[in-house]
Amino acid sequence: MPGPQLLVDEFVSQLRKRKVEGSQATAQLTAELLRTVISQLRAAEAPILIETVRKFGRELIAANPFVETFVLPELSVGNIVRRVLRIIREEDASGVTDGLPSDGDNQETADYADGQVSSADVLATRRLLRSPSLHGLLDRVSNAHTDDMGGKRKAPADKNAKAWMLKHNVMEAINELVEEISGCHQQIAEQALELIHHNEVILTFGKSKSVMEFLCAAKKKRSFRVYVAEGAPKYQGHCFAKDLSAEGFRTTLITDSAVFAMISRVNMVVVGAHTVMANGGIIGPVGLNMLALAAKQHGVPFVVVAATHKLCPLYPENPVVRLNELKSPSDLLQFGEFSECMELAPDSSACVLNVVNPAFDYVPPQLINLFITDIGGHNPSFMYRLIADYYSADDFIL
Amino acid sequence: MDPRRPPRTVPDPKVRHVGFFAPGADAPPPPDRSNSAPPDPLSSSPPAAAHLTPPGTSISPVMIPPPRHSAAPLSPRRRDSFIVGSYSGKRFLDVGSPTASTASATDDWALPTSADSAWVGDTVGAGASSLPPVGSAAMIAKGLASSVPATAGLTAVSNVHRSAGVSGKPSGAASKVQGDKPKQSKPLKEKTTKAERRALQEAQRAAKAAAKAGVGGKASVHMSEVVLASDVESVEVPKAHFQRNDIAAVNEKKVIDRQLEKDRKKDVPQPRMQYDDKSRVEKAKKRAVLKQTEARNRVELFRHLPQYERGTLLPDLQSRFFQLDPVHPAISKVGFQYLSGDISGSNARCIAMLQAIREAIIDYSVPPGKALVRDLTSKIGSYVSFLIECRPLSISMGNAIRYLKNRIAKLPLTLSESEAKATVVADIDRFIHDKIILADKMIVKHAVTKIRDGDVLLTYGSSSVVEMILLHAHELGKQFRVVVVDSRPKLEGQLLLRKLVGKGLSCTYTHINAISYIMHEVSRVFLGASSVLSNGTVYSRVGTACVAMVAHTFHVPVMVCCETYKFHERVQLDSICSNELGDPDVICKVRGRDEINFLDGWTNGNNLQLLNLIYDATPSDYVSMIITDYGMVPPTSVPVIVREYRKEQLWI
Repeated sequence: MPGPQLLVDEFVSQLRKRKVEGSQATAQLTAELLRTVISQLRAAEAPILIETVRKFGRELIAANPFVETFVLPELSVGNIVRRVLRIIREEDASGVTDGLPSDGDNQETADYADGQVSSADVLATRRLLRSPSLHGLLDRVSNAHTDDMGGKRKAPADKNAKAWMLKHNVMEAINELVEEISGCHQQIAEQALELIHHNEVILTFGKSKSVMEFLCAAKKKRSFRVYVAEGAPKYQGHCFAKDLSAEGFRTTLITDSAVFAMISRVNMVVVGAHTVMANGGIIGPVGLNMLALAAKQHGVPFVVVAATHKLCPLYPENPVVRLNELKSPSDLLQFGEFSECMELAPDSSACVLNVVNPAFDYVPPQLINLFITDIGGHNPSFMYRLIADYYSADDFIL
Repeated sequence: MDPRRPPRTVPDPKVRHVGFFAPGADAPPPPDRSNSAPPDPLSSSPPAAAHLTPPGTSISPVMIPPPRHSAAPLSPRRRDSFIVGSYSGKRFLDVGSPTASTASATDDWALPTSADSAWVGDTVGAGASSLPPVGSAAMIAKGLASSVPATAGLTAVSNVHRSAGVSGKPSGAASKVQGDKPKQSKPLKEKTTKAERRALQEAQRAAKAAAKAGVGGKASVHMSEVVLASDVESVEVPKAHFQRNDIAAVNEKKVIDRQLEKDRKKDVPQPRMQYDDKSRVEKAKKRAVLKQTEARNRVELFRHLPQYERGTLLPDLQSRFFQLDPVHPAISKVGFQYLSGDISGSNARCIAMLQAIREAIIDYSVPPGKALVRDLTSKIGSYVSFLIECRPLSISMGNAIRYLKNRIAKLPLTLSESEAKATVVADIDRFIHDKIILADKMIVKHAVTKIRDGDVLLTYGSSSVVEMILLHAHELGKQFRVVVVDSRPKLEGQLLLRKLVGKGLSCTYTHINAISYIMHEVSRVFLGASSVLSNGTVYSRVGTACVAMVAHTFHVPVMVCCETYKFHERVQLDSICSNELGDPDVICKVRGRDEINFLDGWTNGNNLQLLNLIYDATPSDYVSMIITDYGMVPPTSVPVIVREYRKEQLWI
């Protein structure tokens, strides 16, 4: 059995070689890898687990920018790492709180009668007041640490059992996560019938597996038309339109420039996203912002279909530039084509021609009407809450 | 400065610049306003202001600024038209008939058809020339009853017959034709219009003759002003005119009014052919010169637009080149060029068409036993329908053809064949020169003032005017950067980019999806247009609306550069109802990207359709201003220009 480092290296190289495609697959593989890593760890105390996962997580994330298909770092890797960390913290905390009464350290609680009990009270009230994942967690973890320290002194054997329990729980939770990721499309698709009616016209952009599943689920009961914008410069819309028509949809492929012309006859825009940011904005294929604006201008609902593993706990800051990637000009211009007129330029020192070919677009939350995630439909303004549920504030920066 | 109109102080310089082009001290007064006469109903206050104040100092929000430079080519023609309107008071008395005095200008749309014909007849019979001020006409007419005895109408029509002498139609037929007119809705009913045109022409000829012999040149009215009878009530009436007119003059005037009103009605373009109407399509097919195969896999939403298989047509046409009997070779050449896409761009297409027609006219000779006017009009009609089969006409081309047909219809019958041809050819040349080439120069001159050093200008696609603007600004030594936004499948932006880069402009090239990325750094957007519609909608290359929308969202001013001859009185709300479909096959191939071949052989599946729209409609909300040869106007002023322009075009 190869060691964890080897496994991680292998996955990193896979990511680099573009062997893994699609955010769902990446997310799933990441989760599985972390599960293996954790299962192979001998000393399974929470801080060690967290440190290990964090270390490998950084490596994985560092591997990502080289993945050509997702020029923007495939954020789902980082998201999954964060979620695993969160799971560990959660299990750790719950193990401690469960342990406190069951372990029967009554003498100790008696000793600390004043201090400890009151602190437990504080903890309880905090838990009531705050979400378990926000900054209160930090206090609790440190509390748990002090508890652990106390427990260590008392009974090391008990400590071992607890650690084993923790590891077991973490493994189970990660298993659940893997299942959740693999089943996310079904979960999303189940909501399709509530949103799509007969004879509607749906406009989509580029290619997205979630959208595909979403539309397919609706098609079982409803008949509707799909317009696909081609999504230059990747033109994944071509592929998507072909797939849709193979599934039996009445599909029309339109150019990106015709988006505004067609949107007046569209009932709903359904798109996939690359990443959902914490403020409810999304990062998607370039051109999405234009589409969202057009939809807004015409009052057409703009629905984003995204699984929770795309939910990124970061707030975008200057996302148009920072969360973007400029790709090769060869997508737009043939290199040879412009060489001759470039030579005619009077001062060749100045750069006469720039080609801008961004890969991603940021759509601000106010242009988005609805998120369909595997845990239901949400407003963009609700994203912060989901993030609080899924990630620990400590892990936002790995 | 006009005391009633103090110059407004507008805090936002942007807003102020958009609307009006304050004529400088050196600007000449608008040529058509200098000639006294009643104020123009459509822009009621400015002409009055022009009377009261020294020209050039009045800043009126409604006034369309005069072309500041080289008004010469335009003004002579306008002056011509003044003569047409002059009248003598004596003549009024001659004409005064009981029928005429009973009409009202206010209910002109509701009049019985017999009355309609009566007016026409009256005009011609009397050799109508008198054109009293519009306002007084209305004032008097308002109070009068509107019923017109049909008999009088008929006698008047027979009068036409007698006096005209040339018309081959019996008077009864003529009146019938006239009577049919309001009901007419079918697209191709040439006879009616011809008869009408004939009548109109007679009227004009008589008017001209009268003008030559006439006395009062002073009271002449710009004919075109009369067109707008519907606005008549709103006009302020100069007292002097009012007192001088008698009832006879009024109704005489109204006769012309009605005539022009009808002319205007006629000029409203007929509804376009809807290709989802099966019977119409069948009929059109029978007439068609080209046998086009209709595309099998059509998008449901666009069944009303023609879509043909592209690949088959060109070889077929070329093989039948010498059998295409009714079409002049120059026309068919242009047609093929349209078909293959060699000529694109609104101006280029329009110029090519006009030049082809010009050539055809030079080679034209009147068949024996036919009248030049009628035969030439039908000839041109057949050319145009051939061109339409090759590629649907753009709106600007429709306007040009309308102009041309108008000119031909107004040819004096006294001209010999060669003279008439020369006149028409000269008209075509003048149209190309004045309305396109000169207009472009004016636009460039105006637009350049909006370019400052350090600007980043964005343009979309390849507009010939915008290109001229950019190059001119560069020649002037302005320091700016250009962002060329392009879109598939035509990639016209690359053509523009090549020219700009070749001239040494610093350019950034990107595709339309990246528009919201690039818009952050842009300070001005210059767009070309295929047409500007009466409600301010800009009808242009598909994608323009997207660019304008994004610019609007980013608060970047959007300037649409469009020659006035492309303006059209139609209105449009979306891009669906009227559009043009391009070849769908070009969508699935990406130039220079062979790896994108997902859709090879897509026609096999019935579910998948490709849509290649050519145009889209940009709502006027997104347009900050429209730069025309008349100056820079907000989109709300488009109808004003349309009307002004229509008048000018009718009567030059």
